Amino acid sequence: MHVPAIELIALTKCFGNSDEPAVKSVDLSVAQGEVLAIVGGSGSGKTTTLKMINRLIEPTSGSVKVMGEDVTNVDPVGLRRSIGYAFQGVGLFPHMTVGQNVGVTLQLLGWTKEATGERVSELLAMVDLPANEYQARLPSELSGGQQQRVGFARALASNPQAILMDEPFGALDPITRDALQQEFRSLQKKLELSVVLVTHDMSEAVLLADRIAVMHEGEVAQVANPRVLLTSPVNEYVAQLIDTPRRHSDFIESLLHGSMAGGEP
Amino acid sequence: MSPRLYLLFEQLPDLLGGHLTLAVPAIFFGVLISLPLGVLCVKSATIRGPIMSLVSLVQTVPSIALLAIMVALLGGTIGYWPAFIALLIYSILPIIRNTIVGLESVDPAMREAAKAVGMRPLQQLFRVELPLAFPVILAGIRTATVWVVGIATLSTPVGAPSLGNYIFSGLQLRDWQRVIFGCVATMTLSLVLDQLIAVIEKSIQSRRKISLILASCAIVALVGIGIVPGVIGPEPAGFSKLQEQGNDFAGSDKGDVPRTSLDGQVIRIGAKGFTEQFILAEILRKKIEDAGGTPEVLSNMGSTIVFDALAKNTVDVYVGYTGTIWSTVLKETDPIGRTAMRAAVAGRLYDEYGIVLAGALGFENTYALVAKSQTLQRYNLRQIGDLTPIAEDLKIGGDPEFFGRPEWQRVRRLYSLTDITEVGMDSTFMYQAVADGQVDVAAGFSTDGRIDAFDLRVLDDPKGAFPPYDAVLLLSPQAAKNKNLVHALEPLLNRISVSAMRDANRQVDEDGVTPKEAASKLLKHETKGPPLSR
Repeated sequence: MHVPAIELIALTKCFGNSDEPAVKSVDLSVAQGEVLAIVGGSGSGKTTTLKMINRLIEPTSGSVKVMGEDVTNVDPVGLRRSIGYAFQGVGLFPHMTVGQNVGVTLQLLGWTKEATGERVSELLAMVDLPANEYQARLPSELSGGQQQRVGFARALASNPQAILMDEPFGALDPITRDALQQEFRSLQKKLELSVVLVTHDMSEAVLLADRIAVMHEGEVAQVANPRVLLTSPVNEYVAQLIDTPRRHSDFIESLLHGSMAGGEP
Repeated sequence: MSPRLYLLFEQLPDLLGGHLTLAVPAIFFGVLISLPLGVLCVKSATIRGPIMSLVSLVQTVPSIALLAIMVALLGGTIGYWPAFIALLIYSILPIIRNTIVGLESVDPAMREAAKAVGMRPLQQLFRVELPLAFPVILAGIRTATVWVVGIATLSTPVGAPSLGNYIFSGLQLRDWQRVIFGCVATMTLSLVLDQLIAVIEKSIQSRRKISLILASCAIVALVGIGIVPGVIGPEPAGFSKLQEQGNDFAGSDKGDVPRTSLDGQVIRIGAKGFTEQFILAEILRKKIEDAGGTPEVLSNMGSTIVFDALAKNTVDVYVGYTGTIWSTVLKETDPIGRTAMRAAVAGRLYDEYGIVLAGALGFENTYALVAKSQTLQRYNLRQIGDLTPIAEDLKIGGDPEFFGRPEWQRVRRLYSLTDITEVGMDSTFMYQAVADGQVDVAAGFSTDGRIDAFDLRVLDDPKGAFPPYDAVLLLSPQAAKNKNLVHALEPLLNRISVSAMRDANRQVDEDGVTPKEAASKLLKHETKGPPLSR
């Protein structure tokens, strides 16, 4: 049995002097090559949990292991360079070109100019943005979908052990989002990436994740694969969340079969 | 081009050069100091409070006072350094403030992104935060540039040549063309530098290397132009040369150098900021040029500044007045007779400062209370004491320096004028003010040509409240050893009468003659004949 790519043990975070912890004793693990989605509403603690993995936020108690190594034992900067991060709202540096954005971590790691250039071309090709056309552009000259692809390419640059994604498809139009989700899934499978994906959109989680962790008020309510979640939600909250994609698909199915029995979505 | 305009343009390379060598390095080093300070202020709240309070406080010191304070802090050094340091200090606030605002306005998401891709704190600063704050910081640098170029005009009174020379001398000579010329030149320089920085900003943002390089080269070239015509450094250019020459003469006499030649030596002439001093400086200039020297005139210097400069050999020669030295340098309160004072001043200046009083020029320029001839006649007023009964209703105009001087305290005491109302104004305006009735009396100067021109009369001083103000030629300790210089200036002693000086002053103040022309006229008439009888 492989060690899990990421393991969270009794992870807890209290902010400032607030009595109620933002994250309460979370236990989760992500196997190598697995996509784990963390789903929950605003304030459920999902983003805080994600940021504790690469130590953008330091936990109050509990521990995080990446490839079996406790992250408090390693230099946080080195840790972040070895974990890809795709941001909510993309997070590209507006003053750097596409090429510089993608290559930024490699440059920080001390790669030579040639090696970086080669890797950047390879990454841009991987996300369908030919380097000779896009490399020298500024992020502001790209569409939202293209920017998000550059964000992926940057997250993948250093062949990371794991990738953390925070609402990466949030700001995209539905068609672009769908296309990118497909591409992401095939890349992930091809590269056998271990991914933690934070989203508030249960449909996205069902489509992309191997397993889904539902967080509510700082605690993990249930972790299971989408099928188990659909069939046996542990409580009312989980049931409500998972009900949305089910109703959508029921409605669409009823449309396809010519009956309106499904009623309004 | 009119000859007067031509004269102004003739001075432009030197003055513009002086201005640029002050302003551009001041801004450059201002940036070097302010950027790190601004970054520190953002990173540490503890130092931010003290630094910002200090910087803002210094900014509230009036600029001309800050320049004067720098002279004092540098132990009386005049010229480039006090002006440079004051300008540097002035450039700091806008740059620091914009650095702080710029860094704080960086989107926190960008800061987090920088951290998340694995940047260390300094890498975050240099690769993300500073580049994103760059436009705001540059706006601060542009503000600083406009301020510094403007304030640099105030370096003139501390002995650093700048475009302010046009403005200060123009005000003294009431030559508005000169004042406007100085203002336009300063404004143009401001705009050019500001636009060059704007070009740098645009070319960095649009990644056009060529225009970036061109604009940077233009700024460097501007400073280069400033340095070439004559380095205005902390050491007087002529001083070291003088010393060398002095040693030569002390040792072997070089046969091929004529004894009377100054052989291109740079001689620095000091001058205070009024018409008579401009004319006297031109007279000295002419004499030094005739003797083969290279004169440099530093005009518009304050009384104590020019004296300190002389004592430190930063200025080689200037014309002082015994009464001024008696009270401001030797700190004596009670005046003595004219000849006795000259002897006492000469002895004590030599003993205490090594300064040599080469002799008197022949005229006295004393303070004098003047009023409209008409008024004096109507009320039968002849002497200062006649003002005593009506002092309460009178206004006296004078330059601010006068009201602070011990002589004025003495006049007030001896003639019981304590109730008179003092109105401080630039000496340029005070004669006009008396003539117009805006003030009743003015504290003028006995040689001032405007006394006649405005039909004013001097009130007698029977109690001798004003000390004698013999115009005397003062040489710095180094310059006094230069026999050729002494030789060149000797013919001026005892040759200039009060009436000749007043007439020369009037020509400049009223007829629009340049100080240079007035000087050569005066030289032609006065120094031909025998010395004045003493």
